[in-house]
Amino acid sequence: MTEALLSVENLHTQFRTEGGLVQAVDDVSFNIQAGETFALVGESGCGKSVTALSIMGLIPNPPGEITSGSIQFGGVDLLKLSSTEMRSIRGSKIGMIFQEPMSSLNPVLTIESQLAEPLKIHTGLSASAANDRAQELIDMVGIPDSKTRLKQYPHELSGGQRQRIMIAMAMACAPRLLIADEATTALDVTIQAQILDLMQEVTEKSGAALLIITHNLGIVARYADRVAVMYAGKLREVGDASDIYAASQHPYTVGLLRSVPRLDSEKGTPLSPIGGEIPDLTNLPGGCAFNPRCQWAVDRCSVEEPELIEISQGKQVACFEHASVSLNV
Amino acid sequence: MSHSPASTENSVPILKVRELKVHFPVKRGLVFQRTVGVVKAVDGVDIEINHGETLGLVGESGSGKTTLGRAILRLNDTAGGSISYSGQDVLALRGQEMRRLRKNIGMVFQDPYGSLNPRMTVGNIVAEPMLVHKIFDNKLEIRNRVMELFDTVGLNRSMASRYPHEFSGGQRQRVGIARALASGPNILICDEPVSALDVSIQAQIISLFDRLKLEQQLTYLFIAHDLSVVRHVSDVVAVMYLGKIVEQGNADDIYRSPQHPYTQALLSAVPIPDPAVERKRSRTVLKGDIPSPLNPPSGCVFSPRCPIAEDRCFVETPISRTLSDGRRAACHKI
Amino acid sequence: MTKTSDLGSEWQLTPPLSTRLRGMLGATGKAAKRDIVLGMSISLLFLGLFLAVFAPTLARTDYERTDPVNRMLPPSTDNWFGTDNWGRDVFDRTIVGTRLSFLVGFSVTLISSVVGVSIALIISYFRILDAVMMRFVDGFLAFPTILLALALISLIGPSIGNVIIALSVTATAGKIRLVRGAVLSLRESTYVEAARAVGVPVPRILMFHVLPNIVSIIIVQATFTLASAILAEASLSFLGAGVPEYVPSWGNIIATGQGYIQVGFHISFFPGLFLTVTVLAVVLIGDSIRDHLDPKLRGRLRTTAQQ
Repeated sequence: MTEALLSVENLHTQFRTEGGLVQAVDDVSFNIQAGETFALVGESGCGKSVTALSIMGLIPNPPGEITSGSIQFGGVDLLKLSSTEMRSIRGSKIGMIFQEPMSSLNPVLTIESQLAEPLKIHTGLSASAANDRAQELIDMVGIPDSKTRLKQYPHELSGGQRQRIMIAMAMACAPRLLIADEATTALDVTIQAQILDLMQEVTEKSGAALLIITHNLGIVARYADRVAVMYAGKLREVGDASDIYAASQHPYTVGLLRSVPRLDSEKGTPLSPIGGEIPDLTNLPGGCAFNPRCQWAVDRCSVEEPELIEISQGKQVACFEHASVSLNV
Repeated sequence: MSHSPASTENSVPILKVRELKVHFPVKRGLVFQRTVGVVKAVDGVDIEINHGETLGLVGESGSGKTTLGRAILRLNDTAGGSISYSGQDVLALRGQEMRRLRKNIGMVFQDPYGSLNPRMTVGNIVAEPMLVHKIFDNKLEIRNRVMELFDTVGLNRSMASRYPHEFSGGQRQRVGIARALASGPNILICDEPVSALDVSIQAQIISLFDRLKLEQQLTYLFIAHDLSVVRHVSDVVAVMYLGKIVEQGNADDIYRSPQHPYTQALLSAVPIPDPAVERKRSRTVLKGDIPSPLNPPSGCVFSPRCPIAEDRCFVETPISRTLSDGRRAACHKI
Repeated sequence: MTKTSDLGSEWQLTPPLSTRLRGMLGATGKAAKRDIVLGMSISLLFLGLFLAVFAPTLARTDYERTDPVNRMLPPSTDNWFGTDNWGRDVFDRTIVGTRLSFLVGFSVTLISSVVGVSIALIISYFRILDAVMMRFVDGFLAFPTILLALALISLIGPSIGNVIIALSVTATAGKIRLVRGAVLSLRESTYVEAARAVGVPVPRILMFHVLPNIVSIIIVQATFTLASAILAEASLSFLGAGVPEYVPSWGNIIATGQGYIQVGFHISFFPGLFLTVTVLAVVLIGDSIRDHLDPKLRGRLRTTAQQ
């Protein structure tokens, strides 16, 4: 196996909250190869966004803190970098797109100045060269009428177009990894399809890896090569997308897949939702955090925490009962 | 929903909306306001819901689906058309009569955090419709009914004296459903009732709707943008785009063979959570954005994005026609 | 999800008023025991009330009669707070002044809060009334409070009752503007909409859905009104539109001392101190009431108390 582009090892990120110390990311390890599309899936509070922010070095401290682990990116441990060094990595080597583009765009600056500014800083381009490059980028992300758009302000654009601008900004310095944190959640389905296609296209063209963070299993099925499923701060299952969907061996993944109504299902197919509530991180159940909601749970599950183990080539599961877990039960 | 009586043709519509228009004036100026434009949020919509049926109303943001749902409960002013609820002219109702309408039609809101008064115990929230409609004479009966409703929606009875902030999103939505059921309605208007919830919780709430429909013979107007969810719950589907219904008919027919190019594009944009199926699908990804409702395109509202539009689509507004299988669609090219 | 409510308490639709009152008083008592600052604030306010009632009988001197021989004495064992420019005992005048200051402060706060909030609630639901009323309010707010009160008093004549009326009118205008804004934004909230959707009539929406959610704004504003009313009374009296100079009120004494601030600092200082402490106590109590009326904060208070 070749050296991974990004390798997260035993990452622990915690937050100090009113309810006590919360282990938002608890011993998370995974690799992303160059050029692949990797999806981190989970529901709210599972720690998927915190994982992304940890990689980007954007954990607000306090209340958050990365307590241990390492994040190797292109042979460098990101956790050992100074904040200045990290800032230059963020601008140039890793790009990130958030759910709400409006909060990442400055409302009083034109699109052009927001696009050209980082180019001048990170690549040392002259002002006019940077502006030309900005227009190239706008064309690349498929915004028509780029000349007038460049002179406009963020509020004059639609949600989809703002997200295109974010992609343009993230791709400006040809990063090797693009992180999309629920980047299309706020968009309408038809726009969502446009934006995801665009992200796939630009990363494929530049050979960058794409980390998609989402709760939408449909998006994962369409775009991801590999998937990691997160629940209550821990990875529960990691593997090839096709394998996870066809033969998941973790009860939580199975439950999720059975919970979503499908467009192509027969009418009258009943849903089988996972019972219970998503646990409060300040008050997690003992043993495996999923055990109170799990139909395969045995006595051992409420006492002992299962490790994420490799059960076959490229597939890891954290469940004692993984051998008996299957979608068709 | 899924197990509903299929005999939809010979039942009587309980709710009938004809040529409904809801317009919002756009105003400028602080003291001397003047109208500078009109947003035609709902522009000539016809829908019918039969007793015991679920009508799924789908559309993207700005399509006017939420406005339509609110207009039926008279939460918005209308600019034309008619609404009739079991033969009664809804738009002519006043005062007491209007409150009676709201007793018979319940509503579940999208936002489980905002739709519950933070200063009221959830027990009081659920009891309120019974109080204002004077359904019971004494407090004990109300109390017992609240407890029953808690059982029905799957909430623990002991939680009644708590405040909304102590509940999770899914539980709050259950409180919202209990409140909607409290006055004993026969229609439930659900406005994006699961879109703010997590996947595993969404399924719980949808299953609750399924069960309620069976147990209480409820009729639903189910408004959502998630086509997979609508597929699961609906008998009949209406697809809205920029204030107009572009296609409506039997849910199975529409999902199996969408006729309107917008419906086709919408359906193909929804990914199926199964790579084996999803990666083999052919898709039409629409170009461009949804136009601003303040300045809708001339002719067919979908024409600027339509992959098969021809000259007349940009000038002539298509009229909704009934197709051979009973569904209605508004497109020149069908 | 946080589980903070008492598990034992059974839900009741409307608990009897006595239970609710007992609950509220009990909670206040408990909070006061736990929170020393709150306990002290409540005690101070009671002390003030005591002085307002009994101070004239407690006074050891004739606090209204001038005694030019002993003027401008610094604080001593005889005159704890010293004497003023007319030789009157500042301590006696200050404690007696409590009566007038409390009367004006609390009356103005109560009247303006009740009237202002009621008007704001009503007009926010009737568009035309709102448009008319708000222009009126804007007009009122365009004038400085004192000027407006002065004009009113010159119409109705100077007396303590008229001072209260004049100050209440000006304070009410401010309250209407503030509360109306809050009500208008609340009216758009989903829970008010949800209440409308189940057929809750407007008066009930105002009472149960809007009012409880603007309590914190009202309380914060009330503490502010209290302080400014006590001071405004002083200004009015100073200008001759309130009570005569020889009748003590904190404001009056401070106003008197103002002219002698460099030679007789104590004259203004002690009533000023009383005023500051009173306002502080009211602010702290208001804060605590607000927290205890908010179920979210209440839960948090309880959990932190358990830790």
